[in-house]
Amino acid sequence: MKLNKILWILLAAVFALSGCSEDEATDGLNAGQNAASGINDASTSGLNGASTLSGMAGAGYTGVTGNNSFLGPEFTDPNNPLSRSTIYFMLDSSEVQPDFIQVINAHAKYLVAHPNQKLTLEGHADERGSPEYNIALGDQRAKAVAGMMKAQGVTDGQLTLISYGEEKPAVFGSDEGSYERNRRAELSYQR
Amino acid sequence: MNFLKKILILGLMLAFAPLSQAELTIDITESSDSGTPVAVVPFATSGAPVDVSSVINADLARSGYFKMLAEQYMRSRPSSASAVQFPEWQALNQNYLVVGQVGGGTGGQYSVQFQLLDVLKSSQLLGYQMNSSAADLRRTAHQIADMIFEKLTGKKGAFSGRIAYVTNNKQQSQLQVADADGFNPQTIASSQEPLMSPSWSPDKSKMAYVSFERKTAAIYVQILATGQRKRVAEFPGINGAPAWSPDGNKLALTLSKDGSPDIYTLNLGSGSLTKLTKSYSIDTEPVWSPDGNNIVFTSDRGGKPQLYMVSSNGGGEKRITFSGDYNARASFSPDGKSIAMVHGNGGDYRIGVMDVGSKSINVLTTGPADESPSFAPNGTMVLYATKKGGTAYLSAVSLDGKMQQKLAFSNGGVREPAWAP
Repeated sequence: MKLNKILWILLAAVFALSGCSEDEATDGLNAGQNAASGINDASTSGLNGASTLSGMAGAGYTGVTGNNSFLGPEFTDPNNPLSRSTIYFMLDSSEVQPDFIQVINAHAKYLVAHPNQKLTLEGHADERGSPEYNIALGDQRAKAVAGMMKAQGVTDGQLTLISYGEEKPAVFGSDEGSYERNRRAELSYQR
Repeated sequence: MNFLKKILILGLMLAFAPLSQAELTIDITESSDSGTPVAVVPFATSGAPVDVSSVINADLARSGYFKMLAEQYMRSRPSSASAVQFPEWQALNQNYLVVGQVGGGTGGQYSVQFQLLDVLKSSQLLGYQMNSSAADLRRTAHQIADMIFEKLTGKKGAFSGRIAYVTNNKQQSQLQVADADGFNPQTIASSQEPLMSPSWSPDKSKMAYVSFERKTAAIYVQILATGQRKRVAEFPGINGAPAWSPDGNKLALTLSKDGSPDIYTLNLGSGSLTKLTKSYSIDTEPVWSPDGNNIVFTSDRGGKPQLYMVSSNGGGEKRITFSGDYNARASFSPDGKSIAMVHGNGGDYRIGVMDVGSKSINVLTTGPADESPSFAPNGTMVLYATKKGGTAYLSAVSLDGKMQQKLAFSNGGVREPAWAP
């Protein structure tokens, strides 16, 4: 206890001298802890570098994930809406944004044409707010996508819905760019 | 400079790392100067495996009620009342003094003696001898801190209580139970899929929680002593937010099997399910009032998440929070007079405590990512989860907001605390 206090005082002195913000200081501490405990976690250290996140945003944000590529070339053709398998949402909302209607329609059409094909809709939320409320929000998001699909003839039996709330973020980060990419529904076809 | 800073920090971390004994470590991050002055003199001992007096000192310091005298200012170290020179402690402006000794040690058995003394009146307030063992010495120290706390404040101590929480790293999610100061952590469940929302049974013998281990949400009830558990809810959709009724017979929970998430109660004896809310909006995060008559829950039926109340038999739904654009995840104080909640404004989430009578909300924390509040069993502090610099950790705050402490997990994030009732 006492040593911990001394440590904090020493750390505080270090940061005061180097003139860093508190957030930077905490990041530094994390890096230190990981190294000290022998964990070599590449994604954790990537997390602390803001440049990594902004670098990814451009390509990732359209929702190209490619995990449905086993179904055929149309799922990897960037000009085909079937290549997009992530639907993004606004803060605290489960309303499908106009940009994603075409994507959902394309998947609905595919499912109607392939009635034996099954799809899992995973709802997710960003980390802000209450974990169980975020489970509910993810549930509403998956249901919003499912509702649009069912209106076009996709059957209940083809869809499996699950909400992970904020428990399975696509990207680890506490900034607006990360939040945007974590508020999502992921469409993954079952093999 | 940045690089040098990191090297220096790394060096410090390495230098201090071997001293860490618990997986959770507590640091007081904000303290009050206004507490009652108390001196805990280091207990006389010959090689006891636990420094009993420093456990007591740390407990009392964390409560926010006391201003503890640092050891360096003590001019003598009496181990019993008969050796105390009261004027010496009066000169140090101390109101109360704790002295004691830890004897024995043969066969791992110890005897702990302590006395709580009123410095101004030169008299004894408490004096006990307690038998303990090497394995129980920390518990004995917490019990002594509880007795001292209750004698000096009139409120029950919460130092010998336990907490549950969920730890996460990239590989797995673990549900753990530990002493209130983070020591003696025990994993009661672990999964590669998320574990969530631990809830203690009122008699503290069981834990209800959510597990995604079967790639679907399910609620389990687990007997803590044996590890035996039963899956009590696995409906299509959400199976979430379990909360025990005060009589221990029912769970309130959230299910979305009929469409939108709604609040239900599940009779654990008969297995019968009762639907309490039927809105088309999100209803979740039920919690029972301590008298068992009402259930408070989060709903966005008004557009934004706010707290509502419903009779635990159904009916009489009404909104109870009106300030702030996000009020969620209620936790009742044990006396039922206050409700802690996540209180958000403009994307900034803090812990607020509402007076149930006046509906006024007192914001205790500074945000911006505070969640999952849980009252201490004596109602004096609120434990909650927060995040800074990419790391999730627990924090506890006194009800006046003056005392803050941080409980960090050495190997990943820690979230969703639940203080045992």
